[in-house]
Amino acid sequence: MLKIGSGAGFSGDRLEPAVELAKKVDLDYLVLECLAERTIAIAQKEKIKDKNKGYDPLLVDRLKALLTVLNEKRFRIVTNMGAANPIAGAKKILEISREKDIACKVAVVTGDDVILELDSENDILENTHKLKDYKVISANAYLGAEALLPALKTDADIIITGRVADPSLFLAPMIHHYNWSLEDYERLGQGTVIGHLLECAGQITGGYFADIGEKEVDGLAELGFPYASIDRDGTGIIMKTPHSGGIVNVRTVKEQLLYEVHNPSQYLTPDVTADFSNVTLTQLEKNKVMITGGSGRKKPDSYKVSIGYHAGYIGEGEISYAGTTSVERGRIAEEILRKRLSNSIQDLRIDLIGLSSVHRTNFGNEHPYEVRVRAIALCPTRTDAISIGNEVEALYTNGPYGGGGARKRISECVGVVSTLLERERVDKNVKTEVLKNEWEINQTL
Amino acid sequence: MNGKSIKLYKVAHSRAGDKGNTSNLSLIPYNESDYEWIGQEITAKRVKEHLQDIFDGDVIRYDLPSIKSYNFVCKNSLLGGVTTSLALDTHGKSLSSALLEMEISLPG
Repeated sequence: MLKIGSGAGFSGDRLEPAVELAKKVDLDYLVLECLAERTIAIAQKEKIKDKNKGYDPLLVDRLKALLTVLNEKRFRIVTNMGAANPIAGAKKILEISREKDIACKVAVVTGDDVILELDSENDILENTHKLKDYKVISANAYLGAEALLPALKTDADIIITGRVADPSLFLAPMIHHYNWSLEDYERLGQGTVIGHLLECAGQITGGYFADIGEKEVDGLAELGFPYASIDRDGTGIIMKTPHSGGIVNVRTVKEQLLYEVHNPSQYLTPDVTADFSNVTLTQLEKNKVMITGGSGRKKPDSYKVSIGYHAGYIGEGEISYAGTTSVERGRIAEEILRKRLSNSIQDLRIDLIGLSSVHRTNFGNEHPYEVRVRAIALCPTRTDAISIGNEVEALYTNGPYGGGGARKRISECVGVVSTLLERERVDKNVKTEVLKNEWEINQTL
Repeated sequence: MNGKSIKLYKVAHSRAGDKGNTSNLSLIPYNESDYEWIGQEITAKRVKEHLQDIFDGDVIRYDLPSIKSYNFVCKNSLLGGVTTSLALDTHGKSLSSALLEMEISLPG
């Protein structure tokens, strides 16, 4: 039975659950999904500054922790931690393996970077703009499982890539292991369901779930990460690291099944139009849920391309007020900030944190003991962005009484929009190369 | 209906997901036998009304009888999208809590 584990659900995820999972379960594959929407654009900027950078910032820490277990147990790692520079990421992994004196082969899959294939007239999916309206930093196609198959056919221990659709990172080992046809859309749909359930790691084992009452979860500080045991027909059983914190039940699985899903009968990936609408869940025993009924139809004709662009500078400032009249003083501060900034700053947003900042409403709960005023705007220049925090800080001596804990911050804002690209224009650039460490080369020569 | 109402979080749970400028909110009854009457109460129209101070985009409901759950897709709900939103919760991860603050009439 094929066993695939999930070792990271986002770039900043905890490090040790992946190690625990790999130690305690005999996995065939450990998948680490670490690329959020704009992570790759930020990484691209790193790469422009230094051609040896541009991979995931936690790649070194994650691989240092995992290589020892990998050497003992010989499972394979599949990861998109290559971000904007998978080749540099692979070289870094080899450097770590040399330091640890562990033989290691890394297959690198590239071709997701499609910036040279785009032209200025490309339509943007989210609005009526064209590509030429944006200061583009990066453009990466969401590759599918097919792109990873040549790498899986090599004897590489680690497969590293850049942008690949999240469930495809899990589907590719299933296709490879069971030799599923790339036209067997029903099977690929079911495999995509399993991949989708695993891709956010702890989100199916009780993370992003816990509450008091009906949803109590023990051991969130030692949350166990999930893995699936997958049958030849695609039937999957979701479990978690033995003797770890968290919980796997039909409730956690239902929440994750619908996570980031729009129409459940048309979940688009580069591999298949997956259909989640007839999925059936069965709790076999504690922390063990069987998944069947996923299906699918023909894959989309084009690839989705994620475009990172320079959107300006975000300026932000915060200050707190406490006591019975804290909300009223927060409102005085808001009025001052609007008067001071309205000439130079467009679309200034001011929230009262503690009252209504998260949802801009509070369903009638009007009397917190303290509030924190937050002013923020997206500005065309750094100078404008700086002025927002400065005005908030100046409330110390120019605003209502008792303002404390002022903080200010500016950051460059990288936005993301998408476009579509014909399959041929992406596929022709997809390739795999295998890198080995010198120790291994010396052994084989 | 007997007119007695409770907050939705007493009978169902929810998770928010984000893609671009669209948020989806699942609605999952704790007891699968509550699926039908919760569906009669919590329509797309009522969800849109309840969340009107948060966003003004359209709400579509997808029904999943196989797992006794609903999926509410909320368009234009993330202030222009996760990456450029100025909201404190840029991903709208906490919108599930807003949905569960809805009042629901218990069946008679």
